[in-house]
Amino acid sequence: MPTGFEYAPAPESRGVVDIASSYGLFVGGEFVDPADGGSFKTVNPATGERLSDVAEAGAADVDAAVRAARRAYTQVWGPMSGAERGKYLFRIARLLQERAREFAVLETLDNGKPIKESRDVDIPLAAAHFFYHAGWADKLEYAGLTTGARPAPLGVIGQVIPWNFPLLMLAWKIAPALATGNTVVLKPAETTPLTALLFAQVCQQADLPAGVVNIVTGAGATGQALTEHPDVDKIAFTGSTDVGKQIARTIAGTRKRLTLELGGKGANIVYDDAAIDQAVEGIVSGIYFNQGHVCCAGSRLLVQESVAEDVVRRLQRRLGTLRVGDPMDKNTDVGAINSAEQLARITALVEAGEAEGATRWSAPCELPDRGYWFAPTIFTDVSQAHRVAQEEIFGPVLSVLTFRTPAEAVAKANNTPYGLSAGIWSDKGSRVLWTADRLRAGVVWANSFNKFDPTSPFGGYKESGYGREAGRHGLEAYVAAGSED
Amino acid sequence: MSALSNRSLRTWLHGLPAVDQVGAEARAAALGTRSIKTTSKAWAIDTAISMIDLTTLEGSDTPGKVRNLCAKAMLPDRADPSTPRVAAICVYNDMVTVAREALGDSGINVAAVTTAFPSGRASLPVKLLDTQDAVTAGADEIDMVIDRGAFLSGDYRTVFDQIAAVKEVCRSNPDRADAHLKVILETGELATYDNVRRASWLAMLAGADFIKTSTGKISPAATLPVILVMLEAVRDWRGLTGAMVGVKPAGGIRTTKDAVKHLVTVNETAGPDWLTPQWFRFGASSLLTDLLLQRQKLRTGAYSGSDYVTED
Repeated sequence: MPTGFEYAPAPESRGVVDIASSYGLFVGGEFVDPADGGSFKTVNPATGERLSDVAEAGAADVDAAVRAARRAYTQVWGPMSGAERGKYLFRIARLLQERAREFAVLETLDNGKPIKESRDVDIPLAAAHFFYHAGWADKLEYAGLTTGARPAPLGVIGQVIPWNFPLLMLAWKIAPALATGNTVVLKPAETTPLTALLFAQVCQQADLPAGVVNIVTGAGATGQALTEHPDVDKIAFTGSTDVGKQIARTIAGTRKRLTLELGGKGANIVYDDAAIDQAVEGIVSGIYFNQGHVCCAGSRLLVQESVAEDVVRRLQRRLGTLRVGDPMDKNTDVGAINSAEQLARITALVEAGEAEGATRWSAPCELPDRGYWFAPTIFTDVSQAHRVAQEEIFGPVLSVLTFRTPAEAVAKANNTPYGLSAGIWSDKGSRVLWTADRLRAGVVWANSFNKFDPTSPFGGYKESGYGREAGRHGLEAYVAAGSED
Repeated sequence: MSALSNRSLRTWLHGLPAVDQVGAEARAAALGTRSIKTTSKAWAIDTAISMIDLTTLEGSDTPGKVRNLCAKAMLPDRADPSTPRVAAICVYNDMVTVAREALGDSGINVAAVTTAFPSGRASLPVKLLDTQDAVTAGADEIDMVIDRGAFLSGDYRTVFDQIAAVKEVCRSNPDRADAHLKVILETGELATYDNVRRASWLAMLAGADFIKTSTGKISPAATLPVILVMLEAVRDWRGLTGAMVGVKPAGGIRTTKDAVKHLVTVNETAGPDWLTPQWFRFGASSLLTDLLLQRQKLRTGAYSGSDYVTED
């Protein structure tokens, strides 16, 4: 009998998933071996154990996938009525719900995120995106996307997604592309390919016509082969700003369309009249949700000087209750860092923060001795010029800056090359609106943070990218003006 | 206290940080998803039983019913004497003597509801006399109600003065230790979380030993977000003064699952120091039945059924 309220382990069973020892590429509705037989391993970042070997697609494989997608577009999916396409999307959405537990467990094993997040956020939202876009499939003419003309699909879409929300980013990309009549070649991130491959099985289960969705696994070279392929009509990319710029350079001068959803250094602005306890919760979910592996994370806390000390004290106390550890435990709040490479990047930036004179505080928590881990960390005494205030860390590290006036808060929030997200905490509605009007960020949350819904468009300003995903605006990226009305 | 005016109280209470309804409810819901299994569930069940103020507050109460409740309080599960006893018996003040005699020297406290419970609609002298009766009869704890009408109209001074006056009466029995004062906010009538926070601080300023959600006669009674806001208040009060104040949800908590959610919320909001009957109580009657059933299930691996647990 424990002497205090220690939560006993509450592990989710991994028995619901069946991970194959190796996976091929999903091309033309079937799993096929890559042309040159190359493969790479994917590991569980919480333990370092190998989960599976995954095929590495070369240029020939990407070409085969694009050709399969073109064939499917020309022969089946392009000519199909919107109502029929919608039926397939509804079917996929329902299958994602039916197999939600399987997807959640697999996502947590491959990514390292807590099971409660994959269970309560990633998978339900992914299904919601398919439901939402299924509804659009036969109503595109009424969405006001193209003036004076019917919206027409673009053709074959090449999509490259990151490792932070593997299935959810897949859903953000594939659902609108399919709803608008396009076919897809998607490359998941090399550290998190497994749920995309399980999704390929769902496509088979849903009897989706062969070639409508193709999944090519691999690293940067595979992505490059896809973005450079001449028969791709559009590239949609979510990932780092550096890679986004490379892709933009590759595509410049071609007929391809491009949307980019890149990095961020979101400001979470806390005014002195904010509901402090709830603001603290919002700060926590803003930067420690998904280990801070979130492009729209609230990684900069801008707090009004008169309440700064109180807010930081409350924040530190709250971080003391975060449960860091086994991602499969249902009570885990913060899971594993996705890869050794990412852990090295976080560690290097945190060391730079200390070297530049910011004060580091890390939550007192015991980290597992295997796998990749980083304790939730706060930097105070941060100035605008510090690297931890400017560069995207993409980890559980918060930089705290202070301000005295609303104008100063807005100036500091906007003083970044990025512009993806921001949060405003104030009990005064007029101040929230005044601030939101002046922030150059694609998403501004008021008295909340990291709230997502398929009906709401998402995207960035400046170096955070261009184009919008989800909502009616998200459809625009996948249609051209077709025949006149 | 002479400098205390409605104006100064209002300035102070309205200067407390606001509570955002959406955020508070989201936080409570998140705490409610904690998965408490095996050894920690066993610990939580025993702790919850030991925190119960076993309550009967009906016009139809009889000495026989109160004696039966006392018997159950002292030996909740006759099949398993290792089951903890509850913290207190909570009755109307005319039943204090009956409960006091039935409980003997068991160590279980007698709590009495006073001050024209549940409405609190009586003059201050009547409320004080009501309390005096209970204290004289040997009540260890007094559960008083605040004047919600005064609170909602902004007359904080009246609420403060009444709590302070009742507190004086709690200290008036020279033969016994001072009665512990639990102040019932009746949060279902205060309606907003801002009001819950202000009423919590007002009660603590006036000398409450415990702040309690509800009479159990008004719906909604205890809810998890309300408890969350009250726990934040006692946590911050301790930060300011160094003193601890207890918290008691009452009404509407009927299942082990609910009780465990509350203990999780205590643990992660006010902290583990509050996880004892000295600082946290459940005002409940049927909750004990479910806790005992779940306790038996955990021990034996099988549900015995409600006929194997005595009902009041």
